Amino acid sequence: MNGDPTLQHIARGNGLALCAAGSWTARFAPLLEEMVADAEKLTGSRPNISIDVSQVSKLDTFGAWLIERLRRSLTQGGVETPIAGLSANYSSLVDEVRRVKAAPEQDTHRRSLTGMLEQLGRSVVTYAGTVLGLVDMLGGVLAAAGRVALRPTGFRLTSTVHHLEQVCFRAVPIVALITFLIGCIISQQGIFHFRQFGADIFVVDMLGVLVLREIGVLLVAIMVAGRSGSAYTAELGSMKMREEIDALRTMGFDPIEVLVLPRMLALIIALPILAFIGDMMALWGGGLVAWLYGGIDPEAFLLRLRDAISIDHFTVGLIKAPVMAAVIGIVACVEGLKVEGSAESLGQHTTSSVVQGIFFVIVMDGVFAIFFASIGM
Amino acid sequence: MPPAPEMTDAIIRVRDISVQFGATKVLDGLDLDVKRGEILGFVGPSGAGKSVLTRTIIGLVPKVKGRIEVFGIDLDAASRAARRGVERRWGILFQQGALFSSLTVRQNIQFPVREYLNLSQRLMDEITVAKLGMVGLSPEVADRFPSELSGGMIKRVALARALALDPELVFLDEPTSGLDPIGAGDFDELVRTLQRTLGLTVFMVTHDLDSLYTACDRIAVLGNGKIIAAGSMADMLASQHPWLRAYFHGKRARAVMG
Repeated sequence: MNGDPTLQHIARGNGLALCAAGSWTARFAPLLEEMVADAEKLTGSRPNISIDVSQVSKLDTFGAWLIERLRRSLTQGGVETPIAGLSANYSSLVDEVRRVKAAPEQDTHRRSLTGMLEQLGRSVVTYAGTVLGLVDMLGGVLAAAGRVALRPTGFRLTSTVHHLEQVCFRAVPIVALITFLIGCIISQQGIFHFRQFGADIFVVDMLGVLVLREIGVLLVAIMVAGRSGSAYTAELGSMKMREEIDALRTMGFDPIEVLVLPRMLALIIALPILAFIGDMMALWGGGLVAWLYGGIDPEAFLLRLRDAISIDHFTVGLIKAPVMAAVIGIVACVEGLKVEGSAESLGQHTTSSVVQGIFFVIVMDGVFAIFFASIGM
Repeated sequence: MPPAPEMTDAIIRVRDISVQFGATKVLDGLDLDVKRGEILGFVGPSGAGKSVLTRTIIGLVPKVKGRIEVFGIDLDAASRAARRGVERRWGILFQQGALFSSLTVRQNIQFPVREYLNLSQRLMDEITVAKLGMVGLSPEVADRFPSELSGGMIKRVALARALALDPELVFLDEPTSGLDPIGAGDFDELVRTLQRTLGLTVFMVTHDLDSLYTACDRIAVLGNGKIIAAGSMADMLASQHPWLRAYFHGKRARAVMG
């Protein structure tokens, strides 16, 4: 059967014959490469070296290439090295690899100070481009909204309702559960620490203000960025990959009007609703813990809550919701439309959609905090 | 590897296989042999189950009953190692190329090589260039990503990847669809050349009459979940089966035959 491959050096007259034998196939490639590397050292040592392959029992591209590589290195001396004993079956394969040009050098990355500075410069430009892209998308969405307002038949109600179901209705259970648990935790921690001063009842003030002003809407916005922002990016990104967005454009549709506007609108409607549900669930959870763990009965809790919070706290929280929704939506859609051909690119942009979405939500929350403090709300 | 008792010149032996999706029977008791060293063209109406049969043979679609032997090994009874051995000996060109989009052309071609063989990077790079040359591409495309290639180039790179391990058997699923007639003609020529050079057996699903005329040694026709005819081009032309008559004597067929 096919034995292990060999390459024997046999002296013939004043020359040398390299006799290949056995199966020169991919399986034995590491061994073959070693033998060929050894034989290559003979380059120029003798006046005429020939390669004899008559004993080769099996040959594939790997073996044929290694014989070709050997022939090329031996030929570098100037004299063409002949290959003898090639069977008819394999001659076309050997001819095929003979046409192969030498492998091109792979690019190597420069790692120097200038390289680092170049990297820095490039990333600054990239960040500037990202911000510009967001502003561009905001403008595009506003323009599309304007067009739709002038021509309401162009509004895509079905699509909007579909997305509203996805981002709002289907998000209710998880949003309710998480905010309920956070309400419970805030309340428990408050009671545990306030008890040391005998100020248990103030937990109601803390819970009310914290949940209504900050935690409720912030938590919901972060969950929506992770849940729906990523979905938007992935949807638009895979449509971009399959040229569906180009198809829309060539049919005379504006992708922003058809794809982005319904999604944005759904998100802007959904987030205040979810934030309201979140607020209520957190208060309920907090109240429940206050009753069972802190011994503040529901009637006392509600009375205290009515004194502690005003309608302002509630409005401040909910005013933020649509703005955060717009930020999440714009980031998600911009990232989605930036996706290029590969699966890796889709993954990268989905990740950066969520990361940027959450980042901008928190930045917006800070800006709002300063704003409301200065107008005294 | 000991020779199996049923080892004949049939490299693929499909016996009585049925495939069902829900209530729809796609393949119903189908038999097929593919002989060593031949190029088998596999035709049939759209939706007849040509791709399903291919995917069943390579193990991507489960079958209800039947037996599939490749290289004389029963794929259902084979151990994991034996199956891997078979998979190393075949190459598959998917309809859309199925190149890994996050890897460059070079990495795509080297992927199976890296998995199965322990080669030096230099040898892998040289083999990549050789394979690209075989499918008619220049070494410059090696560092491009699949999204930067044209449709014809994607098919060629996918073929180079299918050939990366020097397989004995290659499955081509509609290799010429989406190529211009000249590109398709070149591709047929390429398949023929490679078959001669590497001694391949080729299982080619196609809709392209030109490919059937120029590249294939034998043609099998699928209809109603069975092979309704198998044989040379002359057999196909002589057949009285209505679908075969319509297919091989239709307007497009006459144009091809001239």
